[in-house]
Amino acid sequence: MSDAKQRILSRLAEFRRNDVELPTPLATPTVYDDRLAQFRSVLEMVGGQLIVTRDANETRQAIERLEVVRDARRVLSYCPDLMASAEGLDEIHDPHDLADVDVTVAPGEFGVAENGAVWVCDPAIMHRVSLFLSQHLVLVIASGELFNNMHEAYHHIGRVDSPFGGFISGPSKTADIEQSLVIGAHGARSLNVVLVDR
Amino acid sequence: MEHATNANTFVANTERAHWHDQSLWFVRTKRDRMAQSLAEWEQLRAQASAIKGYTLAHLGELLEQFEREATARGAVVHWAETTEDHNRIVLELLQARGMTRVVKSKSMLTEECHLNPFLERHGVEVIDTDLGERIVQLRKEPPSHIVLPAIHIKKEEVGELFHEHLGTEQGATDPQYLTEAARQHLREKFLAAEAGLTGVNFAIAETGGIVVCTNEGNADLGVSLPKLHIACMGIEKLIPRLEDLGTFTRLLARSATGQPITTYTSHFHGPRDGGELHIILVDAGRSKIVGTKEFREALHCIRCGACMNTCPVYRRSGGHSYESTVPGPIGSVLGPLREPDKYHSLPFACSLCGSCTDVCPVKIPLHHQLLRFRRTLAETRKIPWTKRAGMKVMGWMFRRPWAYRWSGWLARRVMPWLPRFLVYNRLNPWGKQREMPEMPKRSFRELYQIERPK
Ligand code: SF4
Repeated sequence: MSDAKQRILSRLAEFRRNDVELPTPLATPTVYDDRLAQFRSVLEMVGGQLIVTRDANETRQAIERLEVVRDARRVLSYCPDLMASAEGLDEIHDPHDLADVDVTVAPGEFGVAENGAVWVCDPAIMHRVSLFLSQHLVLVIASGELFNNMHEAYHHIGRVDSPFGGFISGPSKTADIEQSLVIGAHGARSLNVVLVDR
Repeated sequence: MEHATNANTFVANTERAHWHDQSLWFVRTKRDRMAQSLAEWEQLRAQASAIKGYTLAHLGELLEQFEREATARGAVVHWAETTEDHNRIVLELLQARGMTRVVKSKSMLTEECHLNPFLERHGVEVIDTDLGERIVQLRKEPPSHIVLPAIHIKKEEVGELFHEHLGTEQGATDPQYLTEAARQHLREKFLAAEAGLTGVNFAIAETGGIVVCTNEGNADLGVSLPKLHIACMGIEKLIPRLEDLGTFTRLLARSATGQPITTYTSHFHGPRDGGELHIILVDAGRSKIVGTKEFREALHCIRCGACMNTCPVYRRSGGHSYESTVPGPIGSVLGPLREPDKYHSLPFACSLCGSCTDVCPVKIPLHHQLLRFRRTLAETRKIPWTKRAGMKVMGWMFRRPWAYRWSGWLARRVMPWLPRFLVYNRLNPWGKQREMPEMPKRSFRELYQIERPK
């Protein structure tokens, strides 16, 4: 054991208290009658857009119709059945090679109604950097799954198996200059969420 | 220097002080709206406070559990007892790999350690990538707020700064345009970086993972391009279980900026393929605070900044007047806990209104701690003799009703006749910007004697 570790731990051992317990989970967190409506309104509030489709076909068309996709020179897709990538994903070895990607289409596992967030994780997304480096982002929630709040969301995640997982709520933003909101700080300039409502 | 002395310069510019006050109040009202949108807000706060209470009571074993789990996932965990240890570990990691270009996302801990100047002295370029932090870095000054580092700076000043450093058009003040320029400038830095440094918002003992929250996405870019990710955290950033994040992610952004959640809430469990993740656990005085009954709750802090936004003194005196890495109410507790000699004036930069305690998402009894601190500082003679002497006299008088009555009587008679220079001078700071109240003919006690129903 390193000396520093030993000293820190021995000090903390001195202050250990047995009479403090973990609280029980919150009994009744807020839930929504219409999760989809709530999800949409918060997502729009944080600068994102929601498109609801009924099946893979509609989803494919919806993605193709997006202005950012039509204007894109380079699209990276982690949803091969919905949108073709111009290049093989495993041919990319260095994340720096993704610097000029215009749009990334990636699967989102589920959404959260209370805050418009979408859970994304590897291995579904091979090069996580594209979520942040790409100019625009399209997330597809194929499961159509929406949870009410973050307690439900973490309960669903249960355990983490992959190195990266994250909630994304809206496009990248900052208000660091005089509190004026600017969309597109370092990450994606726009976020479209396509939710397949079966 | 004393907080009050520093604040003098800030309040001298009335217009600007007012603008600062209003900007922060705006953030506070956004927070209120978000907090009120959840019926269970108070329960959430109680929950968060209890989880942190448990964590501190069992911090040793939780840290060991965290280390085990993180190591099992391929991360390397380092222990730093002091801020110097921390800086040395970072430098060694970089030097061993021959790296000299680092991008950093917001981390109050690295500010506390003065990591940037240290690395720069050793030939490492450190770029702060949070827009607000980049602005203050270019201005060569510390952040004035822990969440809104550039809250004290006007867009005209950012325009000038960017004109000088990034070549934007002279006189440009449009935030959109200036942010775009910073985006382009920092993209180059991200792509050129050899290592990414981040702070940690939460570290999960159960899974060995760390969580980093940003709105800009700068932390994610900074650790997804270069191969090396160094995460620096105070040992109090721990939480026991993954499910506890449900509570904290609901509180953090709502309290900080009035958002339902930060744009990016990223969970890192071990390094990415072909990369390295190093996590530095920093004590720097924290384990000692765990042992203090009156102050240990200060370690619950999740650095949301809500206590600053609501504090009437902070809003009107600016973050720099505190001269500590963390300003505002929580900084006024943490500062003197670490260095009582340097920060003895901070617990007095407080009107004891209690607003900080009301908004704090982890229920730190901030204003009680500040009051408690005043006593400690008085007992250990860390406050100037004028204040101590004044309090002695007051204490003596309040214990003797006759002395109290007599001095009131005297003041009512004498004050109206005194020349101004005798009343308004250095010994009466109260009278600096205010007129003393007009002396009534009779005291309340006398009036009551006359008017009392017989
Ligand atoms: S003390 Fe409370 S309100 Fe202040 S920054 Fe920390 S968590 Fe936020």
